[in-house]
Amino acid sequence: MNIKELLINGNNGGLDHSGLSPLQKVTLRFVVIGLIFYGVAAIEGMIMRVHEIKPVPLLSDEHFFAIMTAHPIVGIFGSTYLIVFGAFTFLVPYLMKKPVFSIKIANFTWGIMTLGTVLVWLSGFIYHYAPLYTIYWPLPVDFSQFHIAGGIIFVIGVALIMIGTLAFIVNTYATVFYTPKGQKKQPIKPLLMSAFGIDGLLNIINKIRGKEPYIKDPPLSLPIVAIFRGTVDTFLDALVILTAGLLILFFIFNNLFQWGLHYHSVDALLYKNIFWWGLDLIADGLVLIYVAGTWYLLAMLITGRNLFMQNIARAALLLELIVSWAVWSHHLLSDQPQPEIMKLASGEMITAFELITQGLAFFITLTTLWLARPLKMSNELKFLLGGLLGFALAVPAGIIQADLGMNRLLHNTQWVAGAHFHVAILVGLTMTLYSAIYILLPILTNNSVKLFSQRLANWHFWLHLIGGIGMGAFMGMAGIDGMLRRHVYTEGEFMLYMIPAGICGAMLLAAWVIFMFNIIATIGIKGLIGIFKPSKIDKEVIVPQPATAMQKG
Amino acid sequence: MTSTDVLWALKIVYTIYAFSIISFVGWFAYRITKKPESYKTWLTPKVFYTYLAILVMIGVGIHILTYNKIPWVAWELKKHKIKPDRVFNITVENHQFILPEETPITIKCGEVVKFNVVSRDLTYGFGLFRPDNTMVFQMQVVPGHNNELLWQFHEEGSFYVLSTEYSGPKGARMRVPDAFKVVCNKNVSMGVGR
Ligand SMILES: [Cu+2]
Repeated sequence: MNIKELLINGNNGGLDHSGLSPLQKVTLRFVVIGLIFYGVAAIEGMIMRVHEIKPVPLLSDEHFFAIMTAHPIVGIFGSTYLIVFGAFTFLVPYLMKKPVFSIKIANFTWGIMTLGTVLVWLSGFIYHYAPLYTIYWPLPVDFSQFHIAGGIIFVIGVALIMIGTLAFIVNTYATVFYTPKGQKKQPIKPLLMSAFGIDGLLNIINKIRGKEPYIKDPPLSLPIVAIFRGTVDTFLDALVILTAGLLILFFIFNNLFQWGLHYHSVDALLYKNIFWWGLDLIADGLVLIYVAGTWYLLAMLITGRNLFMQNIARAALLLELIVSWAVWSHHLLSDQPQPEIMKLASGEMITAFELITQGLAFFITLTTLWLARPLKMSNELKFLLGGLLGFALAVPAGIIQADLGMNRLLHNTQWVAGAHFHVAILVGLTMTLYSAIYILLPILTNNSVKLFSQRLANWHFWLHLIGGIGMGAFMGMAGIDGMLRRHVYTEGEFMLYMIPAGICGAMLLAAWVIFMFNIIATIGIKGLIGIFKPSKIDKEVIVPQPATAMQKG
Repeated sequence: MTSTDVLWALKIVYTIYAFSIISFVGWFAYRITKKPESYKTWLTPKVFYTYLAILVMIGVGIHILTYNKIPWVAWELKKHKIKPDRVFNITVENHQFILPEETPITIKCGEVVKFNVVSRDLTYGFGLFRPDNTMVFQMQVVPGHNNELLWQFHEEGSFYVLSTEYSGPKGARMRVPDAFKVVCNKNVSMGVGR
C-alpha cells in the first residue's frame, strides 16, 4: 500500500465531492477547520504541559502566557464553536426538512470566525498580548505590560468571532421560522412555544391535572429545541463579549490619544460580574444545552426510537435557560466584596441545579439507549458513552468547587482547569462531537466513503478517553495539593503530577493525529480540497436524492 | 478541621466517585450490546423521579455539609459580627505585596486575624501557602474595594504569600517567602478562650 497515494486519493477513491450539495459542503468546511484548530489547541496545550515539567529554554513567561491566552480561544471558538455550528447548520434544515435560510451566511460564518481566531492567535504570537481568557479589568488595558497593537489585534479578532456567532444565530432562527417557497405557512406561536420547551412544560402540567396533553406532536423535534435554546445563550454571550471588546478598544484609544481617563473609572468588580454573566452563558448555558441536545439526537439516531421521558427533557431545557442566566456568581465566591447573598443564591444554590439538569440529560440518554438493547458498539455509540462519562465526571467536580467552603481552597487551582473543565471539554464535549461526526459522516458524504481503518478509530477512542481523563485527574490532584492554574512553576514543585499529566497530554495529541490520519486516508486530500470548491448542485437541496435512497436501502 | 483535612477528604471522596462512575459506564457499555432476557423494565418514571430527588439532595446537601464541617464558611458569612484580635492592612501595587510589618510576621494560634488587602492597580490574588506548597486559603483582590478575610490559625508553621490570580506575566513571580509565622503556645491558645 502506498501511503502517499492513499492520502491523496483516499480510501476506495475517497470522497466524491462533485455530488455534494452546498449545505453538505459548508458543513464539512466548518468541521474540517474546527478539527485543524483542535490540533493547534492540542499542540499549544502540549507546549504548556512540557513547560510545567521542564521549562523550555526559549519560552519566556510572556510567551508562555500568550500561549495560555490563545489556547482556550483557539480551542473553544476556533474548534468547538465551528464544529458545533457546522453540525447545527446542517441538522436544523435536515431535521426540519427544509432548506437552510442562507448558504451565504453559513459560509460567511466559518470564514470570519476562522479569521478572528487567527488574529487572536497572532496578537499573542507577535506581541505576546496575554490578558488571558478571563480578561479581568483592568489587565487588558495595562499597557505598561502589553503592547497596544497586540490589544487592537486581539479585540478585532474576538469581535470577528462574535460577529460570526451572531451570523450563525440569525441563520438558525431564520431557518426555523421561515417558510420556503411552495410550502404551507407554519404559524409562529406553536413554533415559539416549542422552541423554548414551553409545550413540554404544559404537557406535564396537564398530565398532573389529569387533562389531555397540551400538544401530542410538538412542531419542533427535541434536538431543534435544544439548538434553538442554546442559541439564546450564544446570542447574549456574544453581546456581552462584544461590549467588553468595545470597552477595551475605548481604553486603547484613551491611551493612544491621551484622553486622560483612568482605568479605575470602570469598577473592576462590576465588570467582573457582567463579564462572567456573559461568559458563563457559554460554559453553563451553552455547552450543557448543546451537549444535552446532541445526546438526545444521537440517542434517537442510534436507537431509532423516541426519547424516554420526552416532555421532561423539553421542560428541563426551559429550566436550564433560566438557570444558566443566574449562576455566574460561582466565579466570584472568593471575591470578598461580592455580596454574600449573591454567593449563596446564585453561586451555590442555583448552580447546584446544573447537577440536576445535566444529571437528567444523562439519565434520559442512557435509558433511551438501554431500552433499545441490544445495540452494536459502533463508533458513534462508543464516543457518545465517552461523552456521557466525561460530563458525569466533570459536572460534580464543578459543583464541588461552587461551594463557599471548597472554593476557598480550589479557586484558581489546577483542580478547576483539570478535573472540571478539561474533562468537560475534552472528554465530555469533544467525544460527543466525535460521535456526531461519525454519525453524520455517511449523510454528509452521500455514503461515498468508507472509513479507512476501524482499528485506528479504536486507537483514537482509547487514547483520547484515557488521555483526557488521566490528564484531568493528575492536574486535579496537583490542584488539590496547591498548584495554581495560570501560573508557571520552575522549581519542579509539582513534578510528581506534571509528568503523568504530560504523558496523558501526549496521548491526547497522538489520538488527534491518528484520527486526522484516518479521516484524511478515508476522504483523501483531493476530496478535502474539493470540499472548498463551489458546489454545482441546487442550493435548496439538503441531501441529494440518490444518497437518501441509499440510506433507506 | 484544617484545610489539609478538607483537601484530603476531597481527594478520597472524588477518587471513589470517579472510579464508581467509570465502572458504571463500563458495565453499561458491556451490557448494552447483550440481548436482554426480557423487555420488561424497572426503569419507570418512578425510578426517574427518585433519581432526581437524590440529585437535589446531593446538590443541596454538599453546601449544608460544608457549612457545618468547614469552619471558615461560618467565619465568612458572619464576618460582620466577629471582632478580630489583629488586623493586617496589606497593599498590592506594581506586582508587589507591601506588608504592614517586617516579615516574618508572628501570629499566635487561635488569634482571629483579619487580612485586609487593597490593590492599587490590577486584580490580584492573596493566597497563603505552606512550605510544601499546599494552600491554607486564598481570596481575590479586586482593585477599588476592600478585600477582607478572617482567619484563625490552628497549625504551627511558616507560610508564604503568593498571588493566586493572574495579573500579567509578572504575576507568577509575586511571592513573599516566610511572610507569616504561626506559633502555638499552649497557654496562649487556651487563654484566648474562644
Ligand atoms: Cu461557570
